[in-house]
Amino acid sequence: MNIYGKKIGLAILIALFPLVCAVFSFAESKGQEVPKKFLVPPPPFSPGIFPCSQCHKYMPVNKKQRKLEQMHQDITLKHMPGGWCFDCHNPDDRDKLRLANGKLISFDESYYLCAQCHGVVFRDWKAGLHGKRTGMWNGEKQYRLCVHCHWPHDPPFKPLQPLPPPARPADIK
Amino acid sequence: MSKIRSNPLGVKLDRRTFLKGAALGLAGTALPLNKADASFWEAFFQKHFREMNDDEKKKVIQRLEKEYEQKYKKAIHIGSEKPMPGVLFGYGLDLSRCIGCRRCVYACVEENNQSIDPQVQWITVLRFKKGEKWIDLEESEKYYNPEQVPESGHFYMPVQCQQCENPPCVRACPTQATWKEPDGIVVVDYNWCIGCRYCMAACPYGARRFNWGEPKRPAEKINPNTHYLGNRPRYKGVVEKCTFCVQRTRNGRYPACVEICPVGARKFGNLLDPQSEIRYAIEHKRVFRLKEDLNTNPKFYYFFAYGR
Repeated sequence: MNIYGKKIGLAILIALFPLVCAVFSFAESKGQEVPKKFLVPPPPFSPGIFPCSQCHKYMPVNKKQRKLEQMHQDITLKHMPGGWCFDCHNPDDRDKLRLANGKLISFDESYYLCAQCHGVVFRDWKAGLHGKRTGMWNGEKQYRLCVHCHWPHDPPFKPLQPLPPPARPADIK
Repeated sequence: MSKIRSNPLGVKLDRRTFLKGAALGLAGTALPLNKADASFWEAFFQKHFREMNDDEKKKVIQRLEKEYEQKYKKAIHIGSEKPMPGVLFGYGLDLSRCIGCRRCVYACVEENNQSIDPQVQWITVLRFKKGEKWIDLEESEKYYNPEQVPESGHFYMPVQCQQCENPPCVRACPTQATWKEPDGIVVVDYNWCIGCRYCMAACPYGARRFNWGEPKRPAEKINPNTHYLGNRPRYKGVVEKCTFCVQRTRNGRYPACVEICPVGARKFGNLLDPQSEIRYAIEHKRVFRLKEDLNTNPKFYYFFAYGR
């Protein structure tokens, strides 16, 4: 009886093994796939330019790498030598960005696009170290998108005019 | 027969009369009866902030609010939020990002009601040449004023109160008008400060400021959300300093300098919380503290996020 009980228990375990595995792998994939949403303000579009589909819907897609002459002439790409529009923008649905693996993301999640190359910075940004935070130190924090400080077509932070220096002791009356 | 001395004015004064007159005269100077309203006496006999109970604090704050309202013709709220339990504030500043734009200096002035004339600023931004003896404070420049920052070949280091765990300024104060709060902020009670400036001499970071003149700030520019130990308007002849914006941080908000920094070089958080930004910086980046060898144990961490 005792031996039978053990055998039945073993049999049940073996029978259930694939199911247990499936549950675990499901949990794992779920943990990877659900990204943490960061609280960010809307992306800094030039006024009236979004949604891109308002013009691009009526235009044929030209996937030839070329210099733009009718629109967007102000954009000269000084980022990623040899790169061009469709490395990041999605040719078929212009209101989305496209990751290298083909996954489409919206403009307010553009940090995933930047993270493809700038992984170390992305890690610091997620931890709250890279970039500006406002809000509560012990509560809800307002993040900023990468593109709020780094214009993606020419990313280095632009110089600023400093505010006035302090008064010198000699200038105090 | 009483001993009478003559004097050059010809006034004859015996000892008893002189002592009477002296006593009356002294009483007259020590007790300014002309402005002896209740508020004056309350201020004169105000207890030390840490010895007051909540009721006494409330009374003192009501009196001060009334005084400020008369002076600035607008309502000014003085808070007295207590330190949160389990919180020790720490600050991080990323030297690889700071561009020396001085936005923090002026955000601090606006938030903390510093005097505009004479000028009082709690943050000093120092400029250093790259590649020289690295942190030679004597060779630093604080009056730099180029068209644009950052300038090539230079880096910038803002210095403010380092909120030491072992603060020399507190030990120097003869009236205990400055002390370290349980959440790590070193504060000043402006009503107890006698203006001897011993704390300024003791501070190795030059972080304390003295009000040499009556602090002047237009009433419309006064920030009405204040804290008793923080940004309430100060008096002539008292010392003041950075308090990590105690009026904001004790309510969970970031300090004003953190929120204004355009490059996000300034980080703030709870050193006792392993999930906080400041702990991440200390654990993952190259960190140093200013003049660490003095054993002041500052809670202000400079670090380099760029390049590991």
